[in-house]
Amino acid sequence: MHQLVSPFLDNPFRQRSLLAGFLVAVACSVAGTFMVLRGLAFLADALAHGVLPGVAGALLLGAPGVLGAAVGAAAMIAGVNLITSRSRLSSDTAIGLLFVGMLGLGIVMVSRSSSFSGDVVGILFGEILGVSRRDLLQQAIALAVVLSIARVFARPFLLLCFDPEQADMAGWPARRLELLMLTMVTVCVVMSFQTVGTLLVFGMLLAPAGTGALLARRVPAMMAWAALLGCASVYVGLLLSYHFDLAAGAAVVVVAVGMFFVVFAVQSAQQAVSGRRADRSAVAA
Amino acid sequence: MSRATASSTGPLVRAVGLQIGYGGRAVIEGIDLAVEAGQGLALVGVNGSGKSTLLKTLAGLLAPIGGTVEVLGTSPRSHPHRVAYLGQFHPAAGLLPLQVRDVVLMARYRRRGLLGRLRSDDHRVVAEALERVEMAQHASEPLRSLSGGQQQRVYLAHALARQADVLLLDEPTAGLDAHAQERYVSLIAEARARGAAVVIATHDVRDAARADHVLLLAGRVVAAGPPFEVLRPERLSEAFGITLVAVPHGDHHDLLETGHAHGHGERTGHDHPERQL
Repeated sequence: MHQLVSPFLDNPFRQRSLLAGFLVAVACSVAGTFMVLRGLAFLADALAHGVLPGVAGALLLGAPGVLGAAVGAAAMIAGVNLITSRSRLSSDTAIGLLFVGMLGLGIVMVSRSSSFSGDVVGILFGEILGVSRRDLLQQAIALAVVLSIARVFARPFLLLCFDPEQADMAGWPARRLELLMLTMVTVCVVMSFQTVGTLLVFGMLLAPAGTGALLARRVPAMMAWAALLGCASVYVGLLLSYHFDLAAGAAVVVVAVGMFFVVFAVQSAQQAVSGRRADRSAVAA
Repeated sequence: MSRATASSTGPLVRAVGLQIGYGGRAVIEGIDLAVEAGQGLALVGVNGSGKSTLLKTLAGLLAPIGGTVEVLGTSPRSHPHRVAYLGQFHPAAGLLPLQVRDVVLMARYRRRGLLGRLRSDDHRVVAEALERVEMAQHASEPLRSLSGGQQQRVYLAHALARQADVLLLDEPTAGLDAHAQERYVSLIAEARARGAAVVIATHDVRDAARADHVLLLAGRVVAAGPPFEVLRPERLSEAFGITLVAVPHGDHHDLLETGHAHGHGERTGHDHPERQL
């Protein structure tokens, strides 16, 4: 029992990392739920990678990384919108193009400078064990923004996920709503990259919400499951990283994805068993 | 007296010289129509004839290429809570974790705005709508567990729960069994009796025959007017690209398909069994 709590009892760094992880998990569970329901996972993945050149550029110029990340995300969304509205290409092609293009650009920028190779590792994988009070505040603000958007626009978002035409008919334009939903995801990505990193924030957006979708029969329940599982992933991941000397951010996301596959496997087994029982009953009848 | 009847002095849905299409390219030109409170208009034609495009234009989901379109005396979508639109496809609906009741309750969102509390009145309207499509016993079930026909009944309940003055329904009987279709007919009659204007897109001639006006489409307006004038064998043959004959059946005529028209190789009932439309 002591081993379950000892890493966090008298270590302020780990206490802060745990708190930051919880804040990221709750924000990502809310934004991730709508992202999964609307089918925006690929775009969110591209966003998570698309911030790299923005962050790299900001670091080169001595500007805040968050600002660079926001610019990178905005460029990504604008690029996808431009291609889909001015060509016959589908959105996944546009997203894929921007995805590899922005990632490549980020790597090129990094390769031209030898001064911040260590920072780039931090961008990609985060520094959840090095969270400062300022990072915590930033994360809390991000959570407040995400919760506010989700609370105020829950009804239009739900209609958008159900049927964009019904959102339009209700007087809530679907294109603007989708942009707002993407903004909510972007806030999570931009504000979370310093804690869990750009690559891993995507996992926190997707895995707990995906698991929640397997478990829940209603959207609020899906969101609650996602928040619960996200926080559990943070706790278990940090615990594993402490006891087995693992990369903390990666451990958190591996646990989150692992939970998805455990639930998926259990449900598949249950369905197989109930299917066999039904077959036997049919034969007996 | 219904709000539609009380407040309207002209047609609830009106189009003059309307051109519809996608991306600036007109699909049909010169559409004129007017649907008064309590009236029904049926848009009839084969797949791709322009029915859904016209319905989306009336709903305000597509901008007209030219001409005028008015709903409730102003541009479409000016009164979102007074117009209900039921589209043909609901691509993601079956994947979402939604109960049947949630889907119908969404119809009440616009009336309560972003943060307004849903009232007992909203829940009553939702329960009544589910009752009317005979889906009340499934209210707590996940939408994704229902059959296609049952889901279509839930979408009809969603349209009814909007308590709209204008109902725009695209293939509303798709997937419905005979009993559910009968139920649908009485629901539409009830909506019209309370003063709603109903526009349906259909390729079911029997459904169209119940409307006050019919617009027969085939990439153009083939005919427009009351059903007995428009739903004539020669006009339907022109629109559907098949040869039809009217066969007396009691107090009405059944339309029977006897082959393809317009050089498609006309066939007789002997080598191509006749099909009732």
